[in-house]
Amino acid sequence: MAWAGIISIDFLYAVASLILVSLGLAVIFGMMRIINLAHGEFLVLGSYAAILSSHAGVNIWVACLIVAPLAVGMIGFVIERLLIRHLYGRLVDTMLATWGLSLFVVGLLTTVFGNDTQGVSAPLGPIHIGDYQASGYSLFVIGLALVVLAAVYGVLRFTRFGLFARGTMQNADMAAALGVHVSAVYSTTFALGAGLAGLAGGVLAPVTGVFPSIGGAYIGKAFITVLSGGSAILAGTSSASVLLGAVDQIGTFATNAVFGQVGLLVAAVVLIRFMPQGITSRFFRRSL
Amino acid sequence: MIAQVSALLRGHAGTTALALVGLGLLFGLPLGLETYVLLQVTVYVTFAILALSLGFVLGFGGILCLGQSVFFGLGAYTYGIAVTDMGDSTIPVLLSVAVPSLFAAALGYFIFWGRISDVYVGVITLTVSLIFFSVVNSTAGPQYHIGAAAIGGYNGMPNIPGINLPFEPDDTLDPNGVFYLTMGSLLVCYFGLRWLLTTTFGRVVVAVRENERRVELLGYDARRYKLLALTLGAAIAGLAGCLFANWGSFVGPSVFSVVQSAQILIWVTVGGAGTLLGPVIGSILISWLTAVLGTQQTLNASLVLGFILLVFVLVVPGGIAAVARRARTAAARLGAFGAARRIGREAHPGARP
Repeated sequence: MAWAGIISIDFLYAVASLILVSLGLAVIFGMMRIINLAHGEFLVLGSYAAILSSHAGVNIWVACLIVAPLAVGMIGFVIERLLIRHLYGRLVDTMLATWGLSLFVVGLLTTVFGNDTQGVSAPLGPIHIGDYQASGYSLFVIGLALVVLAAVYGVLRFTRFGLFARGTMQNADMAAALGVHVSAVYSTTFALGAGLAGLAGGVLAPVTGVFPSIGGAYIGKAFITVLSGGSAILAGTSSASVLLGAVDQIGTFATNAVFGQVGLLVAAVVLIRFMPQGITSRFFRRSL
Repeated sequence: MIAQVSALLRGHAGTTALALVGLGLLFGLPLGLETYVLLQVTVYVTFAILALSLGFVLGFGGILCLGQSVFFGLGAYTYGIAVTDMGDSTIPVLLSVAVPSLFAAALGYFIFWGRISDVYVGVITLTVSLIFFSVVNSTAGPQYHIGAAAIGGYNGMPNIPGINLPFEPDDTLDPNGVFYLTMGSLLVCYFGLRWLLTTTFGRVVVAVRENERRVELLGYDARRYKLLALTLGAAIAGLAGCLFANWGSFVGPSVFSVVQSAQILIWVTVGGAGTLLGPVIGSILISWLTAVLGTQQTLNASLVLGFILLVFVLVVPGGIAAVARRARTAAARLGAFGAARRIGREAHPGARP
C-alpha cells in the first residue's frame, strides 16, 4: 500500500513537472502558433533568477514563485518587442531566430556565470509513508502544477484579457476590427508564456541545480508534450503530460531514465503518425 | 566533336569554371600546404559536405530538418563501431552511409505519412537529436558495447582505425590521401546533386517544396519524394560523419548535440538556403570563424554563433548567396545603364549626357 503510494507520487510528479515545463511553450504555441526554441533558456533564466535572488537573501519561496516568473516574463516582453514582432507570419524564420536567441543566451550565461553548476537546497524535508520516504517538495510541485493549470484556465476563461486573447487566437483581423489591440495581446501572451517558463525554471531549480546549457535537458520533453497535445493549450498539455509521463515512468522503472526518454520519443512519433494535429484534434476538441 | 564540346562548355560556363576550381583545389592544396594546415582544411571540407546535405534537404526539399546532426553522428558512430570490429574499413564506410539512410527512411515514414507541418518536422527532428545525445552520452561503461567496440558514453570512442584502401587493411590513407578522399567526396556530392536537380526526380522535389498540393494533384506522391530527399541528405551527412570520425580517429556524443545541429543550420542560413554553393561557402567561413573564436577567451563561441544566426534571419534572409545575386543584378543593371548611355551618346552626339 505504502509502496503504491510512493509509485503514484513518482508518477504524479513526472506528470506535474512535464506540465510545468511545457505550459509556457504551449501558451505561446497555442495562442501565437510560434514554436519558441529558446524555451529551454527561458527556464534556465528562471532558475538563475531564483537561485541568485535566494543567495542574495530573498526568501526561497518568494524567489522561486515570484521573482523567477516576473523576471523572465519581463525578459520575454522585451524579446517579443525586439525580435519576435518582426517575424509574425514567418513560422520557420521565427523558429530559426529563437534558436539563434537560445544559443546567444547560453553563450551569455556561460560568459557571466561560467560552466559551474549552482544550486539551492529544496525547502521541504522528506515525508514518511509507511516504510518509505517521499520528498515533500515533490508533493508541492504536484500541487503547484494543479494551481497553475487552474490559474491559466481562469485567466483565459474569465478575464477580459483572456477573452481578447482567445478572440485574437481565432481570428486576429476580426479581433482588431472589433477594437482589440492585437499587438498588445501578442506581447502580453508572449510575456505570459515566458513567465510560466520562468516559474517552471524557478520551481525546478532546487531539484536539478542549474548550469547554462541545462535548457537542452528540458526542451525535448517540452516540445514533444506540446506537439502531442495539439492546439488546445490546457487539455492538450495535461492529456499529453499524463500519457507521456506514464510512458516515461514505465520506461524508467523497466530500465533507466534515459530509456524512459527514448520511450517517450517513440510514443510521441507513433502518436503523431496517427494524430498529426495532436491528441486534442480527436479528443477534448472543444476544450481550452 | 571539339566544336560540340566547346559549345557544351559555353552553355555551362559557370559549372565548368567551378569544376576547374574544384579540381585545382583537389590537386593543388596538398602540394601547396603544410600537413598541419591540410588537416585543418580537410575538416572544413568534411563540414562542407555536411552543409551540402542540409542545403539539399532544406533548400531544395523544403524539409525543415533541424536534426541533421543525427545522421552525421550516426554515420560517425557506425564507422567507428564497425571499423573497430572489422579491422578493414571498406564495409564500415558503406555502412556509415547505409545506417543513417535507413534511419532517415524510418523517421521520414512517420513524419511524412503523418502529413505534419514544417514546424512539427523541425521540432521532431530536433528532439530526435536531443534524445540521441542523451542516450549516447549515458552509454559509458563496459556493458555498452557492440562487438568489441565500446561505445564509451560521454568519453566517446578514441583510437578509431583510419580508412584504408579497399580490402587492404594494412594500407591506411596518409593525410594527403584523406584529403583527396574528402575533397573528392565533396566534388562528387556537389556535382551529383547539381545533376540530380536537373533530372525529373530533382524537379519534382523542388516542385514539392514550391507547392505540395499542386504536385499531388498532378499525380505525384509528394510524401515519397520528400522521403527520398531526406534519405539522400542523410546518406551524405552519414558520409561526412564517417570522414569526420576518420579524420580525428575519435567520435564523441557532441556530434549529436544541439550546438552541432545549430551549426549545420547556421552554415546553410549564412551561405543561403536554396543554393548548393552557398552552404559550402557558409560552412567554411563559419568553421574558420569558430576556430578563430576558439583561440581566445573573451567571446563565447555560441554567443557569437547565436548572434550571427539572429542577424542573418532578421536582416539578411537568403544569406550570402542572395546578397551576391543582388550585387550581380545591380552590377548588370549598372552595366546596362552605362551601355544605354553610350549608345544614346553615339546616336545623338550633341545631346547632353
